[in-house]
Amino acid sequence: MSSKTLYDKLWDAHHVAKRDDGSSLIYIDRHLIHEVTSPQAFDGLRERKIEPWRVDSIIATPDHNVPTENRAKGLKGISDSTSKLQVLTLEENVKKYDLNFFSLGDERQGIVHVIGPEQGLTLPGMTVVCGDSHTSTHGAFGALAMGIGTSEVEHVLATQCLIAYKQKNMRINIEGDLLERVSAKDVTMFIIGQIGTAGGTGFNIEYAGSTIENLSMEGRMTLCNMSIEAGARSGMVAPDQTTFDYIKGKPFAPSGDQFDKALDTWISLKSDPGAVFDNEFSFSSEQILPQVTWGTSPEMVSSIDEKVPEPRDFKNKENYEDALNYMGLKPGTKLTDISLDQIFIGSCTNSRIEDLRIAAEILKGNKLAKNIKRALVVPGSGLVKKQAEEEGLHEIFIDAGFSWRDAGCSMCLGMNPDQLNQEERCASTSNRNFEGRQGYKGRTHLVSPAMAAAAAIEGRFIDVREI
Amino acid sequence: MKQISNEFSGTFICLDKSNVDTDQIIPKQFLKSIKKTGFGDNLFDGWRYLDEGTIDQETSSRMVNKDFIFNNKLFADSNILVSGENFGCGSSREHAVWALKDFGIKTVIAGSFADIFYNNCFKNGLLALCLKKSEISKIFENFNENSAQSIEIDLINQVLYYGDSEFKFELDDYKKKCLLEGLDEIGASLKFTDQIKSFEKNYQIKNPWLFK
Repeated sequence: MSSKTLYDKLWDAHHVAKRDDGSSLIYIDRHLIHEVTSPQAFDGLRERKIEPWRVDSIIATPDHNVPTENRAKGLKGISDSTSKLQVLTLEENVKKYDLNFFSLGDERQGIVHVIGPEQGLTLPGMTVVCGDSHTSTHGAFGALAMGIGTSEVEHVLATQCLIAYKQKNMRINIEGDLLERVSAKDVTMFIIGQIGTAGGTGFNIEYAGSTIENLSMEGRMTLCNMSIEAGARSGMVAPDQTTFDYIKGKPFAPSGDQFDKALDTWISLKSDPGAVFDNEFSFSSEQILPQVTWGTSPEMVSSIDEKVPEPRDFKNKENYEDALNYMGLKPGTKLTDISLDQIFIGSCTNSRIEDLRIAAEILKGNKLAKNIKRALVVPGSGLVKKQAEEEGLHEIFIDAGFSWRDAGCSMCLGMNPDQLNQEERCASTSNRNFEGRQGYKGRTHLVSPAMAAAAAIEGRFIDVREI
Repeated sequence: MKQISNEFSGTFICLDKSNVDTDQIIPKQFLKSIKKTGFGDNLFDGWRYLDEGTIDQETSSRMVNKDFIFNNKLFADSNILVSGENFGCGSSREHAVWALKDFGIKTVIAGSFADIFYNNCFKNGLLALCLKKSEISKIFENFNENSAQSIEIDLINQVLYYGDSEFKFELDDYKKKCLLEGLDEIGASLKFTDQIKSFEKNYQIKNPWLFK
């Protein structure tokens, strides 16, 4: 038998049928649903007069539209009527089809890509889909996890399958220990800077090497989360003892004999020696310094010790000129000279307990710089919030001058009240620095939680290793 | 024999940029709609208007960015959009395709596309078509904001006609069939119901922990 990559194995294990045109029907194990990309899909089901194929595969929660304050008020706490209607529509669909649901009042509610793993709803070897591009996050468990459009959401609801073409295999190897206070966020931003935002288009990315093996599950989730920013619909890390230890005891994970049985399957989930990759990159951990984006695409990124580059040094310089105009930056400016207005720690990329711990460690005993108008910490789930409060992290954030919020997507995409004002500049632990993403004419710089915390203290970017 | 597909042919607009993301195609505030229509007025909202757009707003009272090509009356009836590399990157929001469609765009031509956006196009009857860099450059170079030009597309033979040029393009048979016949994908997949059920049965025996 020929050697297979992990992706090949997952593809083969879920392959239901080959269609005449060369595409395949791939069986889906887990379908995560939120309020923004599902209403039209449920309408489609009703038009066809069909029911969801497998209700126990579905878990729903509201996250994009939800305010991060006044959570106790539930739906009544949503003042925007269109946001409220969207959340209400999700609740109605949940009720109609009797779906698993974490409502606004439930402490298990949170960002869909945080709660799946936290509840043991994401497991190695699964196929996971969600009408959200950051579904790639779940690949951290050795799952094949893909973001899909609303038509595909409807298709999966109706058939439990996704129509897909097999992607090519890419492996990214990183070896060595990360430098102090350099995190998985810096690794993924560095990779995007190297291969570009279209570098992974048409590929599944497998991340490998000792640097990756040494990452916690939280770190692996951050890494896989931003595979989509490198163009890849899915990214993954082979499961190992770190993965199994994380899963054990989670509410929806198998237990007892079932866990042991599952483990027998999970340990085989890795690329065979000699498996062939269509493209491969290798980096050394020492190359990776704390990263900061300065433009309007995640590939417009540099190490903290660098300057905003000259557009003329790039092939399509107009794009870079437009980006710098939008960002209000001049070429040649040191990244450490960029001063900030807001700090955002949160999003499906960086709102897990480990992210909050590192930010708190840096903030402890410090205050926000005077020029920082607002700083938000938004835990990824109600349970992350609870854990952080048990550890006293919230007090560190509050003492420093941060606003301590309830779980949701918050300022990552500004579909809720948390937004930047025009031309405000934000150090953000989210995943996209697109124009207007965090608020109309807002300016986003992507960074790690440690770098965001350091920037909060200094009021400008600073190498977190100097704090 | 040349067989022009009128539905996918017509006058075109150029947006000479790479990495046009779905947040630009349709900004986040408009995703709060629970419908598939009504997004056309807010296509490229951040570039098309000089003020901040809100959902359910009357667009006639807004400040228009006259320099943006989508506001040029000559191109108001365009049904083809030509752009650079990695078009449609970012969020999986199908609203981006619904907005293009609602505006009247039937064909998007680009140097390359992001995967999810590319898929979403064909689910909604939009043709997404890749050309070589040199071919895209030729279209950009000859584009003139003072006169609308057309592109003709022969979907059956997969040829694009522009001026004196003929560009061949790749398209898989299934996607072509979807566009030409308006195939119902879910209906087609449900024909595999027996196979899905039998797969599921075996799969559950092997992976019982995945079923509740």
